[in-house]
Amino acid sequence: MTPHNDRSALAKKFAQYKADFPILSQTIHGKPLVYLDNGASAQRPMAVIDAEQRYATSMHANVHRGVHTLSQRATDAYEGARERVRSFLNAKSSNEIIFTRGTTEAINLVAQSYARPRLGPNDEILITWLEHHANIVPWQMVAAATGAKLVVAPINQAGELDLAAFKSLLSTRTRLVATSHVSNALGTVLPVREIVAAAHAQGVPVLLDGAQAVPHFALDMQELDCDFYVFSGHKLYGPTGIGVLYGREALLEEMPPWQGGGDMILSVSFQGTTYNTLPYKFEAGTPNMSGAVGLAAAIDYVDRIGLADIAEFEQDLLVHATHALTAVAGVRIIGTAADKASLVSFVVDGVHPHDLGTILDQDGIAIRTGHHCAMPVMDFFGLPATARASFAFYNTKAEIDQLATAVASARALFI
Amino acid sequence: MDLKELYRDVILDHNKRPRNFGVLAPPATSARGHNPLCGDQLTIYAKVENGIIKELKFEGSGCAISVASASLMTEALTGKTLGQADTLYTQIHALLTHADTPDSTSTVDLGKLAALSGVREFPARVKCASLCWHTLQAALNDPTTPVCTE
Repeated sequence: MTPHNDRSALAKKFAQYKADFPILSQTIHGKPLVYLDNGASAQRPMAVIDAEQRYATSMHANVHRGVHTLSQRATDAYEGARERVRSFLNAKSSNEIIFTRGTTEAINLVAQSYARPRLGPNDEILITWLEHHANIVPWQMVAAATGAKLVVAPINQAGELDLAAFKSLLSTRTRLVATSHVSNALGTVLPVREIVAAAHAQGVPVLLDGAQAVPHFALDMQELDCDFYVFSGHKLYGPTGIGVLYGREALLEEMPPWQGGGDMILSVSFQGTTYNTLPYKFEAGTPNMSGAVGLAAAIDYVDRIGLADIAEFEQDLLVHATHALTAVAGVRIIGTAADKASLVSFVVDGVHPHDLGTILDQDGIAIRTGHHCAMPVMDFFGLPATARASFAFYNTKAEIDQLATAVASARALFI
Repeated sequence: MDLKELYRDVILDHNKRPRNFGVLAPPATSARGHNPLCGDQLTIYAKVENGIIKELKFEGSGCAISVASASLMTEALTGKTLGQADTLYTQIHALLTHADTPDSTSTVDLGKLAALSGVREFPARVKCASLCWHTLQAALNDPTTPVCTE
Protein backbone atom coordinates (compact mmCIF):
# COMPACT_ATOMS: atom_id res chain seq x y z
CA MET A 1 0.00 0.00 0.00
CA THR A 2 1.21 3.49 -0.82
CA PRO A 3 1.18 5.51 2.39
CA HIS A 4 -0.87 8.69 2.03
CA ASN A 5 -0.19 10.73 5.10
CA ASP A 6 -1.33 13.68 3.10
CA ARG A 7 -5.05 13.21 2.45
CA SER A 8 -5.06 15.98 -0.12
CA ALA A 9 -2.53 14.06 -2.24
CA LEU A 10 -4.95 11.13 -2.28
CA ALA A 11 -7.91 13.37 -3.13
CA LYS A 12 -5.85 14.94 -5.92
CA LYS A 13 -4.98 11.55 -7.36
CA PHE A 14 -8.62 10.50 -7.41
CA ALA A 15 -9.97 13.77 -8.78
CA GLN A 16 -8.60 12.82 -12.21
CA TYR A 17 -10.62 9.62 -12.74
CA LYS A 18 -14.14 10.99 -13.14
CA ALA A 19 -13.17 12.22 -16.62
CA ASP A 20 -12.60 8.59 -17.66
CA PHE A 21 -16.35 7.89 -17.30
CA PRO A 22 -18.29 9.57 -20.14
CA ILE A 23 -21.70 8.97 -18.54
CA LEU A 24 -20.79 11.01 -15.47
CA SER A 25 -20.38 14.28 -17.35
CA GLN A 26 -24.10 14.74 -18.10
CA THR A 27 -26.77 16.75 -16.35
CA ILE A 28 -29.99 15.30 -14.92
CA HIS A 29 -32.96 17.69 -14.59
CA GLY A 30 -30.50 20.47 -15.37
CA LYS A 31 -28.14 19.55 -12.54
CA PRO A 32 -24.73 17.87 -12.81
CA LEU A 33 -25.19 14.15 -12.20
CA VAL A 34 -24.10 12.95 -8.76
CA TYR A 35 -24.06 9.18 -9.12
CA LEU A 36 -24.27 7.50 -5.71
CA ASP A 37 -25.86 4.20 -6.74
CA ASN A 38 -22.63 2.34 -7.42
CA GLY A 39 -23.64 -0.55 -5.18
CA ALA A 40 -26.45 -1.34 -7.63
CA SER A 41 -24.29 -0.88 -10.71
CA ALA A 42 -21.08 1.05 -11.19
CA GLN A 43 -20.37 3.08 -14.33
CA ARG A 44 -17.94 2.06 -17.06
CA PRO A 45 -14.73 3.90 -17.92
CA MET A 46 -13.86 4.58 -21.57
CA ALA A 47 -11.20 1.85 -21.32
CA VAL A 48 -13.96 -0.75 -20.86
CA ILE A 49 -16.18 0.71 -23.58
CA ASP A 50 -13.20 0.78 -25.97
CA ALA A 51 -12.19 -2.80 -25.18
CA GLU A 52 -15.70 -4.07 -25.95
CA GLN A 53 -15.81 -2.06 -29.14
CA ARG A 54 -12.36 -3.29 -30.20
CA TYR A 55 -13.53 -6.84 -29.63
CA ALA A 56 -16.68 -6.28 -31.70
CA THR A 57 -14.91 -4.47 -34.54
CA SER A 58 -11.82 -6.65 -34.91
CA MET A 59 -11.99 -9.93 -33.01
CA HIS A 60 -15.47 -11.35 -32.85
CA ALA A 61 -16.41 -14.86 -34.00
CA ASN A 62 -17.46 -17.88 -31.99
CA VAL A 63 -14.93 -19.25 -29.52
CA HIS A 64 -13.35 -22.72 -29.24
CA ARG A 65 -14.78 -23.76 -32.60
CA GLY A 66 -13.26 -22.39 -35.76
CA VAL A 67 -9.82 -22.76 -37.27
CA HIS A 68 -10.20 -19.39 -38.94
CA THR A 69 -8.36 -16.32 -37.74
CA LEU A 70 -11.27 -14.49 -36.13
CA SER A 71 -12.34 -17.53 -34.14
CA GLN A 72 -8.78 -17.82 -32.88
CA ARG A 73 -8.70 -14.11 -31.98
CA ALA A 74 -12.01 -14.36 -30.13
CA THR A 75 -10.82 -17.45 -28.27
CA ASP A 76 -7.55 -15.74 -27.33
CA ALA A 77 -9.43 -12.66 -26.11
CA TYR A 78 -11.90 -14.73 -24.08
CA GLU A 79 -9.28 -17.02 -22.56
CA GLY A 80 -7.03 -14.01 -21.99
CA ALA A 81 -9.85 -12.48 -19.96
CA ARG A 82 -10.09 -15.67 -17.91
CA GLU A 83 -6.38 -15.53 -17.17
CA ARG A 84 -6.76 -11.85 -16.22
CA VAL A 85 -9.49 -12.75 -13.71
CA ARG A 86 -7.28 -15.54 -12.36
CA SER A 87 -4.37 -13.18 -11.74
CA PHE A 88 -6.72 -10.55 -10.25
CA LEU A 89 -8.00 -13.09 -7.72
CA ASN A 90 -4.64 -14.86 -7.36
CA ALA A 91 -6.35 -18.18 -8.00
CA LYS A 92 -4.03 -21.14 -8.53
CA SER A 93 -5.35 -22.06 -11.96
CA SER A 94 -7.53 -20.59 -14.67
CA ASN A 95 -9.46 -23.88 -14.47
CA GLU A 96 -10.90 -22.39 -11.29
CA ILE A 97 -12.43 -19.41 -13.10
CA ILE A 98 -15.91 -20.02 -14.53
CA PHE A 99 -17.63 -17.19 -16.40
CA THR A 100 -21.31 -16.74 -15.54
CA ARG A 101 -23.97 -14.10 -16.22
CA GLY A 102 -23.29 -12.63 -12.81
CA THR A 103 -23.24 -13.27 -9.08
CA THR A 104 -26.78 -14.65 -9.05
CA GLU A 105 -26.07 -17.26 -11.72
CA ALA A 106 -22.80 -18.23 -10.01
CA ILE A 107 -24.60 -18.90 -6.72
CA ASN A 108 -27.30 -20.87 -8.50
CA LEU A 109 -24.62 -22.94 -10.22
CA VAL A 110 -23.10 -23.91 -6.87
CA ALA A 111 -26.55 -24.50 -5.37
CA GLN A 112 -27.64 -26.82 -8.16
CA SER A 113 -24.36 -28.54 -8.98
CA TYR A 114 -22.56 -28.67 -5.63
CA ALA A 115 -25.27 -28.59 -2.96
CA ARG A 116 -28.29 -30.26 -4.49
CA PRO A 117 -26.71 -33.67 -5.29
CA ARG A 118 -25.03 -33.83 -1.87
CA LEU A 119 -27.75 -32.68 0.52
CA GLY A 120 -30.54 -34.63 2.14
CA PRO A 121 -32.91 -34.34 5.08
CA ASN A 122 -31.16 -33.26 8.31
CA ASP A 123 -28.40 -31.51 6.37
CA GLU A 124 -28.03 -27.79 6.89
CA ILE A 125 -26.90 -24.79 4.83
CA LEU A 126 -25.70 -21.95 7.03
CA ILE A 127 -26.15 -18.36 5.83
CA THR A 128 -26.38 -15.03 7.67
CA TRP A 129 -29.12 -12.49 8.27
CA LEU A 130 -27.29 -10.02 6.02
CA GLU A 131 -27.73 -11.85 2.74
CA HIS A 132 -29.01 -10.45 -0.54
CA HIS A 133 -31.98 -12.44 -1.87
CA ALA A 134 -29.57 -14.00 -4.41
CA ASN A 135 -27.79 -15.73 -1.52
CA ILE A 136 -31.05 -16.85 0.13
CA VAL A 137 -33.46 -18.03 -2.54
CA PRO A 138 -31.13 -20.49 -4.38
CA TRP A 139 -30.53 -22.25 -1.04
CA GLN A 140 -34.25 -22.29 -0.25
CA MET A 141 -34.79 -23.97 -3.61
CA VAL A 142 -32.14 -26.60 -2.80
CA ALA A 143 -33.63 -27.07 0.66
CA ALA A 144 -37.09 -27.58 -0.80
CA ALA A 145 -35.76 -30.15 -3.28
CA THR A 146 -33.62 -32.12 -0.82
CA GLY A 147 -35.30 -31.73 2.58
CA ALA A 148 -32.25 -29.87 3.89
CA LYS A 149 -32.65 -26.94 6.25
CA LEU A 150 -31.59 -23.32 5.85
CA VAL A 151 -30.04 -22.00 9.07
CA VAL A 152 -29.54 -18.25 9.53
CA ALA A 153 -26.83 -16.76 11.75
CA PRO A 154 -28.04 -13.63 13.60
CA ILE A 155 -26.74 -10.06 13.51
CA ASN A 156 -26.58 -7.33 16.15
CA GLN A 157 -28.10 -3.83 16.16
CA ALA A 158 -25.03 -2.43 14.41
CA GLY A 159 -25.65 -4.82 11.54
CA GLU A 160 -22.63 -6.98 12.35
CA LEU A 161 -22.62 -10.74 12.21
CA ASP A 162 -22.79 -12.35 15.66
CA LEU A 163 -19.67 -14.46 15.11
CA ALA A 164 -20.08 -16.46 18.34
CA ALA A 165 -23.64 -17.38 17.34
CA PHE A 166 -22.45 -18.21 13.85
CA LYS A 167 -19.83 -20.59 15.25
CA SER A 168 -22.37 -22.21 17.55
CA LEU A 169 -24.66 -22.85 14.57
CA LEU A 170 -21.89 -24.70 12.73
CA SER A 171 -22.52 -28.36 13.43
CA THR A 172 -21.95 -31.83 12.07
CA ARG A 173 -25.14 -31.28 10.07
CA THR A 174 -23.75 -28.18 8.31
CA ARG A 175 -22.80 -29.07 4.74
CA LEU A 176 -22.13 -25.61 3.34
CA VAL A 177 -21.66 -22.05 4.56
CA ALA A 178 -22.77 -19.30 2.16
CA THR A 179 -22.25 -15.70 3.25
CA SER A 180 -21.77 -12.27 1.79
CA HIS A 181 -18.32 -10.72 2.05
CA VAL A 182 -19.88 -7.24 2.25
CA SER A 183 -23.56 -6.60 3.01
CA ASN A 184 -25.23 -4.82 0.09
CA ALA A 185 -27.91 -3.25 2.29
CA LEU A 186 -25.72 -1.97 5.13
CA GLY A 187 -22.11 -2.03 3.96
CA THR A 188 -20.95 -4.32 6.78
CA VAL A 189 -17.70 -6.16 6.00
CA LEU A 190 -18.07 -9.67 7.36
CA PRO A 191 -15.20 -11.39 9.20
CA VAL A 192 -14.70 -13.84 6.34
CA ARG A 193 -11.31 -15.13 7.48
CA GLU A 194 -12.77 -16.19 10.85
CA ILE A 195 -15.82 -17.62 9.07
CA VAL A 196 -13.66 -19.69 6.71
CA ALA A 197 -11.39 -20.89 9.54
CA ALA A 198 -14.34 -21.90 11.74
CA ALA A 199 -16.11 -23.70 8.90
CA HIS A 200 -12.97 -25.47 7.69
CA ALA A 201 -12.25 -26.62 11.24
CA GLN A 202 -15.50 -28.58 10.91
CA GLY A 203 -14.72 -29.66 7.36
CA VAL A 204 -17.44 -27.40 5.90
CA PRO A 205 -16.80 -25.59 2.60
CA VAL A 206 -17.55 -21.86 2.29
CA LEU A 207 -19.04 -19.79 -0.53
CA LEU A 208 -18.44 -16.05 -0.32
CA ASP A 209 -20.70 -13.62 -2.19
CA GLY A 210 -18.23 -10.92 -3.16
CA ALA A 211 -20.54 -8.78 -5.32
CA GLN A 212 -20.11 -5.80 -2.98
CA ALA A 213 -16.52 -6.56 -1.97
CA VAL A 214 -14.66 -6.85 -5.27
CA PRO A 215 -14.90 -3.14 -6.19
CA HIS A 216 -13.57 -2.03 -2.81
CA PHE A 217 -10.49 -4.04 -1.84
CA ALA A 218 -7.89 -6.43 -3.22
CA LEU A 219 -8.56 -10.16 -2.99
CA ASP A 220 -6.35 -13.21 -2.88
CA MET A 221 -8.13 -16.54 -3.16
CA GLN A 222 -5.17 -18.52 -1.87
CA GLU A 223 -4.85 -16.32 1.20
CA LEU A 224 -8.63 -16.12 1.76
CA ASP A 225 -8.83 -19.92 1.44
CA CYS A 226 -12.56 -19.98 0.65
CA ASP A 227 -13.98 -22.73 -1.55
CA PHE A 228 -16.21 -20.63 -3.80
CA TYR A 229 -16.13 -16.89 -4.48
CA VAL A 230 -18.63 -15.13 -6.74
CA PHE A 231 -18.96 -11.62 -8.16
CA SER A 232 -20.43 -9.56 -11.01
CA GLY A 233 -18.60 -7.53 -13.63
CA HIS A 234 -20.95 -4.56 -13.59
CA LYS A 235 -20.25 -3.66 -9.98
CA LEU A 236 -16.54 -3.60 -10.82
CA TYR A 237 -16.91 -0.93 -13.55
CA GLY A 238 -17.35 -3.66 -16.17
CA PRO A 239 -20.25 -4.72 -18.38
CA THR A 240 -23.50 -6.33 -17.27
CA GLY A 241 -24.19 -9.97 -18.09
CA ILE A 242 -20.75 -11.19 -17.07
CA GLY A 243 -19.74 -12.55 -13.69
CA VAL A 244 -17.35 -15.00 -12.16
CA LEU A 245 -17.48 -18.17 -10.13
CA TYR A 246 -14.15 -18.99 -8.55
CA GLY A 247 -14.15 -22.56 -7.25
CA ARG A 248 -11.47 -24.72 -5.71
CA GLU A 249 -10.41 -27.01 -8.55
CA ALA A 250 -10.87 -30.26 -6.61
CA LEU A 251 -14.47 -29.31 -5.79
CA LEU A 252 -15.28 -28.19 -9.35
CA GLU A 253 -13.86 -31.48 -10.65
CA GLU A 254 -16.29 -33.43 -8.47
CA MET A 255 -19.32 -31.38 -9.51
CA PRO A 256 -21.57 -32.45 -12.37
CA PRO A 257 -22.31 -29.93 -15.14
CA TRP A 258 -25.25 -27.64 -14.39
CA GLN A 259 -26.43 -26.81 -17.89
CA GLY A 260 -25.98 -28.98 -20.95
CA GLY A 261 -25.16 -27.79 -24.45
CA GLY A 262 -22.35 -26.91 -26.78
CA ASP A 263 -18.84 -26.20 -25.50
CA MET A 264 -19.32 -28.19 -22.31
CA ILE A 265 -18.84 -31.56 -24.08
CA LEU A 266 -15.97 -33.51 -25.58
CA SER A 267 -18.13 -35.93 -27.53
CA VAL A 268 -21.84 -36.54 -27.91
CA SER A 269 -23.71 -39.58 -29.20
CA PHE A 270 -27.21 -40.80 -28.48
CA GLN A 271 -25.65 -43.48 -26.27
CA GLY A 272 -23.98 -40.92 -24.06
CA THR A 273 -21.90 -37.80 -23.73
CA THR A 274 -18.41 -37.15 -22.44
CA TYR A 275 -18.22 -33.83 -20.65
CA ASN A 276 -15.51 -31.31 -21.30
CA THR A 277 -12.83 -30.51 -18.75
CA LEU A 278 -12.69 -27.47 -16.49
CA PRO A 279 -13.57 -24.70 -16.89
CA TYR A 280 -15.61 -25.44 -20.03
CA LYS A 281 -17.72 -28.10 -18.28
CA PHE A 282 -19.67 -25.26 -16.65
CA GLU A 283 -19.95 -22.98 -19.69
CA ALA A 284 -22.62 -24.46 -21.92
CA GLY A 285 -23.45 -22.49 -25.04
CA THR A 286 -21.69 -19.53 -26.61
CA PRO A 287 -20.41 -17.44 -23.72
CA ASN A 288 -20.41 -13.66 -23.27
CA MET A 289 -17.02 -13.02 -24.89
CA SER A 290 -17.54 -9.29 -25.24
CA GLY A 291 -18.50 -9.09 -21.56
CA ALA A 292 -15.45 -11.09 -20.50
CA VAL A 293 -13.17 -8.82 -22.52
CA GLY A 294 -14.86 -5.77 -20.95
CA LEU A 295 -14.44 -7.26 -17.47
CA ALA A 296 -10.73 -7.87 -18.09
CA ALA A 297 -10.40 -4.24 -19.20
CA ALA A 298 -12.19 -3.11 -16.03
CA ILE A 299 -9.78 -5.17 -13.94
CA ASP A 300 -6.82 -3.64 -15.78
CA TYR A 301 -8.26 -0.18 -15.17
CA VAL A 302 -8.88 -0.75 -11.45
CA ASP A 303 -5.46 -2.36 -11.01
CA ARG A 304 -3.77 0.61 -12.63
CA ILE A 305 -5.35 2.88 -10.03
CA GLY A 306 -4.59 0.37 -7.28
CA LEU A 307 -7.15 -1.25 -5.03
CA ALA A 308 -5.16 -0.39 -1.92
CA ASP A 309 -5.43 3.32 -2.79
CA ILE A 310 -9.10 2.87 -3.76
CA ALA A 311 -9.81 1.29 -0.36
CA GLU A 312 -8.07 4.13 1.46
CA PHE A 313 -9.77 6.87 -0.55
CA GLU A 314 -13.22 5.28 -0.25
CA GLN A 315 -12.84 4.90 3.51
CA ASP A 316 -12.19 8.64 3.60
CA LEU A 317 -15.45 9.17 1.65
CA LEU A 318 -17.30 6.84 4.03
CA VAL A 319 -16.15 8.73 7.10
CA HIS A 320 -17.08 12.03 5.47
CA ALA A 321 -20.52 10.76 4.44
CA THR A 322 -21.20 9.32 7.86
CA HIS A 323 -20.42 12.66 9.49
CA ALA A 324 -22.26 14.74 6.89
CA LEU A 325 -25.45 12.68 7.05
CA THR A 326 -25.41 12.30 10.82
CA ALA A 327 -25.24 16.10 11.03
CA VAL A 328 -28.59 16.40 9.20
CA ALA A 329 -31.47 16.61 11.70
CA GLY A 330 -33.76 13.58 11.52
CA VAL A 331 -31.27 11.30 9.74
CA ARG A 332 -30.52 7.90 11.24
CA ILE A 333 -27.85 5.67 9.73
CA ILE A 334 -28.83 2.01 9.50
CA GLY A 335 -25.81 -0.26 9.77
CA THR A 336 -23.09 1.11 12.02
CA ALA A 337 -20.61 -1.76 11.87
CA ALA A 338 -17.01 -1.02 12.83
CA ASP A 339 -15.83 -2.36 9.48
CA LYS A 340 -17.83 -1.07 6.50
CA ALA A 341 -17.36 -0.67 2.78
CA SER A 342 -18.11 2.76 1.31
CA LEU A 343 -21.89 2.81 1.47
CA VAL A 344 -24.36 4.42 3.84
CA SER A 345 -27.90 3.18 4.37
CA PHE A 346 -30.11 5.68 6.16
CA VAL A 347 -33.64 6.78 6.96
CA VAL A 348 -34.98 10.30 7.41
CA ASP A 349 -37.57 10.98 10.06
CA GLY A 350 -40.86 11.93 8.37
CA VAL A 351 -39.65 11.28 4.82
CA HIS A 352 -40.27 7.93 3.18
CA PRO A 353 -37.17 6.68 1.29
CA HIS A 354 -39.15 6.52 -1.95
CA ASP A 355 -40.09 10.19 -1.69
CA LEU A 356 -36.49 11.02 -0.83
CA GLY A 357 -35.30 9.20 -3.95
CA THR A 358 -37.60 11.25 -6.19
CA ILE A 359 -36.64 14.52 -4.53
CA LEU A 360 -32.89 13.87 -4.75
CA ASP A 361 -33.26 12.86 -8.40
CA GLN A 362 -34.60 16.35 -9.14
CA ASP A 363 -31.26 17.60 -7.83
CA GLY A 364 -29.40 15.22 -10.13
CA ILE A 365 -28.48 12.91 -7.24
CA ALA A 366 -28.97 9.18 -7.89
CA ILE A 367 -29.34 6.96 -4.84
CA ARG A 368 -31.04 3.62 -4.27
CA THR A 369 -34.20 3.47 -2.21
CA GLY A 370 -36.12 0.37 -1.21
CA HIS A 371 -35.38 -2.94 0.44
CA HIS A 372 -32.15 -3.53 -1.57
CA CYS A 373 -33.20 -7.13 -2.28
CA ALA A 374 -32.45 -7.84 1.37
CA MET A 375 -35.92 -7.93 2.96
CA PRO A 376 -34.77 -9.92 6.04
CA VAL A 377 -32.31 -7.12 6.88
CA MET A 378 -35.12 -4.56 6.56
CA ASP A 379 -37.37 -6.71 8.78
CA PHE A 380 -34.59 -6.97 11.38
CA PHE A 381 -34.52 -3.17 11.70
CA GLY A 382 -38.32 -2.91 11.45
CA LEU A 383 -38.13 -0.82 8.28
CA PRO A 384 -39.92 -1.24 4.94
CA ALA A 385 -37.06 0.46 3.13
CA THR A 386 -33.98 2.65 3.47
CA ALA A 387 -32.14 5.14 1.28
CA ARG A 388 -28.68 3.98 0.28
CA ALA A 389 -25.81 6.08 -1.01
CA SER A 390 -22.98 3.87 -2.27
CA PHE A 391 -19.69 5.45 -3.26
CA ALA A 392 -17.11 4.77 -5.92
CA PHE A 393 -13.60 6.20 -6.25
CA TYR A 394 -14.90 8.77 -8.75
CA ASN A 395 -17.15 10.34 -6.12
CA THR A 396 -16.03 13.37 -4.13
CA LYS A 397 -16.60 14.91 -0.73
CA ALA A 398 -18.26 17.85 -2.48
CA GLU A 399 -20.84 15.43 -3.95
CA ILE A 400 -21.45 13.97 -0.50
CA ASP A 401 -21.99 17.50 0.86
CA GLN A 402 -24.54 18.06 -1.93
CA LEU A 403 -26.29 14.87 -0.85
CA ALA A 404 -26.46 16.02 2.77
CA THR A 405 -27.81 19.43 1.76
CA ALA A 406 -30.45 17.85 -0.50
CA VAL A 407 -31.53 15.45 2.26
CA ALA A 408 -31.95 18.40 4.63
CA SER A 409 -34.12 20.28 2.09
CA ALA A 410 -36.22 17.16 1.46
CA ARG A 411 -36.94 16.94 5.15
CA ALA A 412 -37.84 20.61 5.25
CA LEU A 413 -40.48 19.93 2.60
CA PHE A 414 -42.17 17.32 4.77
CA ILE A 415 -42.11 18.89 8.24
CA MET B 1 -40.58 19.37 -13.60
CA ASP B 2 -41.27 21.08 -10.35
CA LEU B 3 -41.29 19.04 -7.17
CA LYS B 4 -44.14 21.18 -5.86
CA GLU B 5 -46.24 19.77 -8.73
CA LEU B 6 -45.81 16.31 -7.20
CA TYR B 7 -45.78 17.24 -3.54
CA ARG B 8 -48.68 19.71 -3.53
CA ASP B 9 -49.89 21.01 -0.21
CA VAL B 10 -52.91 18.70 -0.28
CA ILE B 11 -50.63 15.68 -0.69
CA LEU B 12 -48.28 16.79 2.07
CA ASP B 13 -51.23 17.48 4.36
CA HIS B 14 -52.88 14.09 3.77
CA ASN B 15 -49.50 12.35 4.20
CA LYS B 16 -48.91 14.03 7.53
CA ARG B 17 -52.49 13.67 8.75
CA PRO B 18 -54.08 10.75 6.89
CA ARG B 19 -57.89 10.76 7.05
CA ASN B 20 -59.86 7.57 7.78
CA PHE B 21 -56.74 5.77 8.95
CA GLY B 22 -57.72 2.61 10.80
CA VAL B 23 -59.47 -0.73 10.68
CA LEU B 24 -63.08 -1.82 10.13
CA ALA B 25 -64.19 -5.11 11.67
CA PRO B 26 -66.07 -7.72 9.60
CA PRO B 27 -68.60 -7.86 8.03
CA ALA B 28 -66.74 -4.94 6.42
CA THR B 29 -64.84 -6.26 3.44
CA SER B 30 -61.10 -5.73 3.06
CA ALA B 31 -58.17 -6.36 0.74
CA ARG B 32 -54.40 -6.05 1.00
CA GLY B 33 -52.21 -4.27 -1.50
CA HIS B 34 -48.44 -4.43 -1.88
CA ASN B 35 -45.92 -2.56 -3.98
CA PRO B 36 -42.80 -4.75 -3.82
CA LEU B 37 -40.64 -2.12 -5.51
CA CYS B 38 -40.79 0.29 -2.60
CA GLY B 39 -42.26 -1.83 0.15
CA ASP B 40 -45.57 0.01 0.36
CA GLN B 41 -48.21 -2.11 2.07
CA LEU B 42 -51.79 -1.14 2.76
CA THR B 43 -55.12 -2.65 3.64
CA ILE B 44 -58.39 -1.11 2.54
CA TYR B 45 -61.58 -1.71 4.57
CA ALA B 46 -65.01 -0.99 3.10
CA LYS B 47 -68.44 -1.19 4.71
CA VAL B 48 -71.01 -1.38 1.92
CA GLU B 49 -74.78 -1.27 2.51
CA ASN B 50 -77.37 -1.37 -0.30
CA GLY B 51 -74.75 -0.52 -2.88
CA ILE B 52 -73.49 2.48 -0.94
CA ILE B 53 -70.02 2.79 0.61
CA LYS B 54 -70.96 3.69 4.17
CA GLU B 55 -67.44 3.64 5.58
CA LEU B 56 -63.98 3.42 4.03
CA LYS B 57 -60.74 3.08 5.99
CA PHE B 58 -57.14 2.17 5.33
CA GLU B 59 -54.03 1.26 7.23
CA GLY B 60 -50.46 0.42 6.32
CA SER B 61 -47.20 2.14 5.54
CA GLY B 62 -45.94 3.79 2.43
CA CYS B 63 -44.52 6.84 0.78
CA ALA B 64 -46.25 10.21 0.84
CA ILE B 65 -47.88 9.65 -2.53
CA SER B 66 -49.41 6.31 -1.59
CA VAL B 67 -50.59 7.47 1.84
CA ALA B 68 -52.08 10.72 0.51
CA SER B 69 -53.75 8.94 -2.39
CA ALA B 70 -55.39 6.45 -0.02
CA SER B 71 -56.45 9.19 2.37
CA LEU B 72 -57.95 11.29 -0.43
CA MET B 73 -59.69 8.23 -1.85
CA THR B 74 -61.42 7.35 1.41
CA GLU B 75 -62.58 10.92 1.75
CA ALA B 76 -63.90 11.10 -1.80
CA LEU B 77 -65.76 7.80 -1.82
CA THR B 78 -67.39 7.64 1.59
CA GLY B 79 -71.16 7.85 0.97
CA LYS B 80 -70.84 7.16 -2.76
CA THR B 81 -72.45 4.30 -4.68
CA LEU B 82 -70.45 1.38 -6.05
CA GLY B 83 -71.19 2.71 -9.55
CA GLN B 84 -69.74 6.09 -8.64
CA ALA B 85 -66.68 4.35 -7.17
CA ASP B 86 -66.16 2.52 -10.45
CA THR B 87 -66.44 5.73 -12.46
CA LEU B 88 -63.99 7.55 -10.21
CA TYR B 89 -61.56 4.63 -10.44
CA THR B 90 -61.57 4.98 -14.23
CA GLN B 91 -61.14 8.73 -14.04
CA ILE B 92 -58.23 8.50 -11.61
CA HIS B 93 -56.60 5.87 -13.75
CA ALA B 94 -56.79 8.23 -16.72
CA LEU B 95 -55.55 11.14 -14.62
CA LEU B 96 -52.48 9.19 -13.48
CA THR B 97 -51.50 7.66 -16.78
CA HIS B 98 -52.55 10.04 -19.58
CA ALA B 99 -49.72 12.51 -19.53
CA ASP B 100 -51.18 14.28 -22.56
CA THR B 101 -54.51 15.14 -20.94
CA PRO B 102 -54.33 18.60 -19.37
CA ASP B 103 -56.39 19.12 -16.24
CA SER B 104 -58.62 21.71 -17.90
CA THR B 105 -60.02 19.37 -20.55
CA SER B 106 -61.32 17.02 -17.88
CA THR B 107 -65.09 17.27 -17.75
CA VAL B 108 -65.25 15.90 -14.23
CA ASP B 109 -64.48 17.88 -11.15
CA LEU B 110 -62.14 15.64 -9.18
CA GLY B 111 -61.93 18.10 -6.31
CA LYS B 112 -58.93 17.52 -4.08
CA LEU B 113 -58.07 14.38 -6.04
CA ALA B 114 -56.87 16.60 -8.87
CA ALA B 115 -53.77 17.11 -6.70
CA LEU B 116 -52.70 13.64 -7.85
CA SER B 117 -52.27 14.86 -11.42
CA GLY B 118 -48.65 15.85 -10.73
CA VAL B 119 -47.80 12.16 -10.37
CA ARG B 120 -48.08 11.50 -14.10
CA GLU B 121 -44.93 13.54 -14.70
CA PHE B 122 -43.08 11.05 -12.51
CA PRO B 123 -43.68 7.65 -14.17
CA ALA B 124 -41.76 5.78 -11.46
CA ARG B 125 -44.34 6.98 -8.93
CA VAL B 126 -47.62 6.18 -10.70
CA LYS B 127 -47.82 2.82 -8.94
CA CYS B 128 -47.57 4.55 -5.58
CA ALA B 129 -50.66 6.61 -6.30
CA SER B 130 -52.65 3.82 -7.93
CA LEU B 131 -52.04 1.07 -5.36
CA CYS B 132 -54.92 2.05 -3.08
CA TRP B 133 -57.33 2.34 -6.01
CA HIS B 134 -56.52 -1.16 -7.26
CA THR B 135 -56.75 -2.46 -3.71
CA LEU B 136 -60.18 -0.88 -3.26
CA GLN B 137 -61.38 -2.57 -6.44
CA ALA B 138 -60.18 -5.86 -4.95
CA ALA B 139 -61.88 -5.16 -1.61
CA LEU B 140 -65.16 -4.50 -3.39
CA ASN B 141 -64.94 -7.27 -5.99
CA ASP B 142 -62.37 -9.92 -5.11
CA PRO B 143 -61.17 -9.55 -1.54
CA THR B 144 -59.37 -12.92 -1.45
CA THR B 145 -56.62 -12.03 -3.90
CA PRO B 146 -53.97 -9.63 -2.57
CA VAL B 147 -53.07 -6.86 -4.99
CA CYS B 148 -49.51 -6.52 -6.21
CA THR B 149 -48.28 -3.70 -8.43
CA GLU B 150 -45.60 -5.85 -10.05
